[in-house]
Amino acid sequence: MIEALFFYLFAGIMLASGLMVVVSRNPVYSVLFLILAFFNAAGLFVLIGAEFLAMLLVVVYVGAVAVLFLFVVMMLDINFSEMRAGFQKYLPLGLIVGGILVFELVAAMYGDVFKGATLPEAMDISNTRALGNVIYTKYMYLFQVAGLILLVAMIGAISLTMRKREGVRRQSVAAQNLRSRAETVEVVSVPSGSSPENLSTAAVKSTKTTSRNGGNT
Amino acid sequence: MPEFLSEYLPIAIFIAIAFGLSAAFVASAFIFGNQRPDDEKMAAYECGFDAFEDSRRQFDVRFYLVAILFIIFDLEVAFLFPWAVSLGGIGLFGFWSMMVFLAVLTIGFIYEWKKGALEWE
Repeated sequence: MIEALFFYLFAGIMLASGLMVVVSRNPVYSVLFLILAFFNAAGLFVLIGAEFLAMLLVVVYVGAVAVLFLFVVMMLDINFSEMRAGFQKYLPLGLIVGGILVFELVAAMYGDVFKGATLPEAMDISNTRALGNVIYTKYMYLFQVAGLILLVAMIGAISLTMRKREGVRRQSVAAQNLRSRAETVEVVSVPSGSSPENLSTAAVKSTKTTSRNGGNT
Repeated sequence: MPEFLSEYLPIAIFIAIAFGLSAAFVASAFIFGNQRPDDEKMAAYECGFDAFEDSRRQFDVRFYLVAILFIIFDLEVAFLFPWAVSLGGIGLFGFWSMMVFLAVLTIGFIYEWKKGALEWE
């Protein structure tokens, strides 16, 4: 009874927020509704006893992927009115993609494609242990391929977005600590009555040494 | 109701209280507070001077790089959890399987460190 109540709560909020992802005008709001949908999907996973998948959904999707979506939305220079304009044009394409997804879901639910393949071994061990028992031994090659994909993603992201900037002022702690008193401080004896202009050479020299060896190089 | 679900009851109560409390704060501020908005009050506050430009603008791609690198190590940690739970049952083979996985990602970590991707400049 209570379980059914929570199921309908999570499922209802998830469907509503999924609808809001599609129809809300501001893309940032769409991403926030997407995060809400992820949270409710995690609740559904908990209800069927897949607690590891639920925590993974919160940690990876809510924590990281949603942040990435937000970044992408903010990085694109979005013209809100322009985005709404193509609705009629993109509607058939969206319907086709949605129809294919619905067909796949129905085929997976009622067909016998996945029969036996994804059934958990036994219900008396937890979901996390059931996964851990097979990922690292039975599906070892797929696991290593996942690691290689992560490596490729890492190198790809670095080589795509990394660029060295010229003229960046950076603190060099080692250079600061290696400064000696002799190369930075200079005692200048000023004859009494001389004007400050005569001191300028010494002053300029000392500031030059300071800036060369000092904090910002 | 399955037995394990009752273990999540404190979390459900916690979430319900958090929702109720925050909704009560927002609703009471909305109901009881004086609301006389004008243009100056509704404007984006930017430290005392008028806003220079629209806040909805592009920002640096370096934030994206940091987020991507974070996700990759996040996933690495996610793989560690079931491994730690069932390490007793999967034996030496499972242990070294994870070690190879970690070594592959350590290669990437060394690469990004040497490349300077972790430095902000």
